[in-house]
Amino acid sequence: MYAALWRALPGPRWARAVQCLVLAALVVVVLFQWVFPAVAPLLPFNDNTVGG
Amino acid sequence: MIRRVVGWTGEVLVTLGVLVLLFVAWQLWWTDVVAERAQQQIVRSLTHDFAAEGPGPAAVTGDTYPGLGGSRAFAVIRVPRFGADYARPVVEGVDAPQLALGVGHYEGTARPGRVGNFAVAGHRTTYGRPFHDIDTLRPGDRVIVETKPRVFVYEVTGDEIVRPWQTEVIAPVPDEVGARPTERLLTMTSCHPKYSATYRYVTHARLVRTVPRARWHLEDWDRVTDAAGPAGPDPAAAPVPRTATGGS
Repeated sequence: MYAALWRALPGPRWARAVQCLVLAALVVVVLFQWVFPAVAPLLPFNDNTVGG
Repeated sequence: MIRRVVGWTGEVLVTLGVLVLLFVAWQLWWTDVVAERAQQQIVRSLTHDFAAEGPGPAAVTGDTYPGLGGSRAFAVIRVPRFGADYARPVVEGVDAPQLALGVGHYEGTARPGRVGNFAVAGHRTTYGRPFHDIDTLRPGDRVIVETKPRVFVYEVTGDEIVRPWQTEVIAPVPDEVGARPTERLLTMTSCHPKYSATYRYVTHARLVRTVPRARWHLEDWDRVTDAAGPAGPDPAAAPVPRTATGGS
């Protein structure tokens, strides 16, 4: 699927590489900002309290 | 055809692996970065609030620090054993959003300095890990809780390791549910062992001094840190000068 992405991106090789980096950075931002904070409470290793 | 399926499966697996690694990086590193910044900011706001003129207990709310939302920070906890400049906000409530902003006060337990058990929870790892070194506390160590009107000095009396459902450790009289409290106690809970939630590390302390903020002088802080006892690498070697108003 990454090969398909590479083919779909326009421009010369360096421009495609830059676009890939930007896309990867976007994915990381979305994960760090929204996805991981939403998932973390569902995992058990962050409990520090007693009781409910 | 088979080559393509294998290729796709490989890419999906590699992607999943990268996602898991990213999550670990986020949990172990990024939450610390974000939470430490937030907690320092709240401590600064509280310190500023404490130093301001005017009666009544002060608190930092969502108006001052938007991340607090409906919750509020009302005290600063200092533990010389954790470092001379160690200071974390105490926030009302012990849910995930509150524990990301500091040490959480179990709602319904005593207020600081009151008869009963002032019970707080903090992260052992991640989210600024305020109670990372809770296992280094020894009987006699000081835990200081600053509020606007008063500074409370607690002395560690002991610790225990319990299972997560043993709520009796935060009872008004710890481990004696239903007993009538006569002492002014502090209980800290965190997870144990580190990076696990199998047990809870629980440290108990009792109130030894109450000082009105206006009379909380440099000597008090020295006395408190001296009384922290012989430390290994001595985190309390260089006490932070405290002014009478608590501002710095």
